[in-house]
Amino acid sequence: MRTDDLINLIAQDTRPPVEVSKALLLALVMGAATSCVLFFAVLGFRPDVADAIETGRFAFKFLVTLSLFSIASSLLSAMVRPGQGATARRWLLLLVPILLLGAVIVELIVTPSGLWGVRLIGSNAVHCLIVIPLLSFFPGVFLFRAMRNGAPDNPGQAGAIAALASAGIAATLYASNCPDDSPLFVAIWYSAATLAVVAIGYFAGLRFLRW
Amino acid sequence: MKNLAREEEWASWMRSAMAGDSKAYHKLLNAITPYIRVMARKRCEQFGAPASEAEDVVQEVLLAIHLKRGTWDIARPLGPWISAIVRNKLIDSLRRRGRNINVPLEDVIASLESDERVSVSDRIDIERILGRLKDPQRTIVRSISIEGVSVRQTAEQLKMTEVAVRVSLHRALKALAAFYSERANENG
Repeated sequence: MRTDDLINLIAQDTRPPVEVSKALLLALVMGAATSCVLFFAVLGFRPDVADAIETGRFAFKFLVTLSLFSIASSLLSAMVRPGQGATARRWLLLLVPILLLGAVIVELIVTPSGLWGVRLIGSNAVHCLIVIPLLSFFPGVFLFRAMRNGAPDNPGQAGAIAALASAGIAATLYASNCPDDSPLFVAIWYSAATLAVVAIGYFAGLRFLRW
Repeated sequence: MKNLAREEEWASWMRSAMAGDSKAYHKLLNAITPYIRVMARKRCEQFGAPASEAEDVVQEVLLAIHLKRGTWDIARPLGPWISAIVRNKLIDSLRRRGRNINVPLEDVIASLESDERVSVSDRIDIERILGRLKDPQRTIVRSISIEGVSVRQTAEQLKMTEVAVRVSLHRALKALAAFYSERANENG
C-alpha cells in the first residue's frame, strides 16, 4: 500500500478517540464497585468493627492501603502515555514501604518481645494471601481493558502499576475484615499478597499491553 | 523558534483532527510523514534493512499514531509524543525483524535501485492486505484509499450509512495495524 493511500484512509477515520484518562477512571470505579459487591457478599466487615475503628493499629492499615491505592492510581495515566512513562513521581510509591517500616519499628518498641511472634503470624495469614489476590482480580481486569487503549512505553511496568492500584483496592477492603491489626502482620502478609499480585500484573502487562 | 511554531501548528491540526476535522488531519499526517520516514530510513540503514522495509515502518508508525492518538494529552506539546511513538514502534518493529538483520548484499543493492521496484512490491502488498480484510471493510478500504472516494460517496455506493462506513473503516485500520505486527513477526 502506498503511504499516501494509507494517509487518505486514516484521515477519513475521524471518530473521536477513546480518552485514556476517562477510561482509566471508569475502570477504577467499576473495578472497585465489583470488588466491593464481592467483598460484602462473601466476607463483610469483621464483627467488632465499631470498636476496632477507634484503635490506631486498625486505622493505620487503611493509611497504608489507601496510600498504595492513591499513589498507584495517580501514576496510571502517565504509564500509558508515550513519552511520559518513567516520571519521577514513581518514587512516591516508596512512601508505602517507608510507612510500613516506621510502623514496624514503633510496634517493636511498644510490644514486649514475647508477643512479636504471635503478632507476626496473626490468626489468619493464609486467608490474607488468598483474599487480596482474589479481590484484586476484577479491578485488574477493568484496568487492563482500559489500558489496552493506551500505548505504554514499558508494558510490564504499566501492568505492575495497574496491579498495585488493584491490590490497593483489595487490601483496603480486606483490612476491614481481617482481625490482625499489628503492623508486623501487615508488613509481612499484606506485602507478600501485594507482591504476588504485582508479579502477575508485570507478566500480564508484557503479554496484554503491547501495542 | 521555527520548530516551536511548526509544533504549535501540528498540535492545532491534531486538536482539530480529534474534533473530527478530516482536512486538518490529512495536513498533519502529510506534514509529519517525511520526518518519520527520515528516522525510519536511518534506523533501517543502520540495521542493513532495505528501504522498502523502512516504508513499512513508516506505515506502522502512522497507524500507531492514529490508533493511539487518545493518549496525547492536548495540554502538552505534540512533538515529544510523536517522537515517543516513533521510537517505540521503531525499536519494536526492528527488534521483531531483528533476526533477519543479515540481509543479503543483493537485497541492499536492489533497495538502492529506482522507486519502481518499491512500487511493484507495494502493489503485491495491497492485494495481500486487502485479501486479509472481510468484505465491507475490503471494499471501503479500496474505495477510499486507492480510488480516493469520500466516505459519503462510499456510503452511497455501498448503500450503507456514513456511520457504518466509519465504524467499518476504523475496524479495518485496527486490522491493518495487527497485520503489520503479525507480518513483522513472521519475518522475525
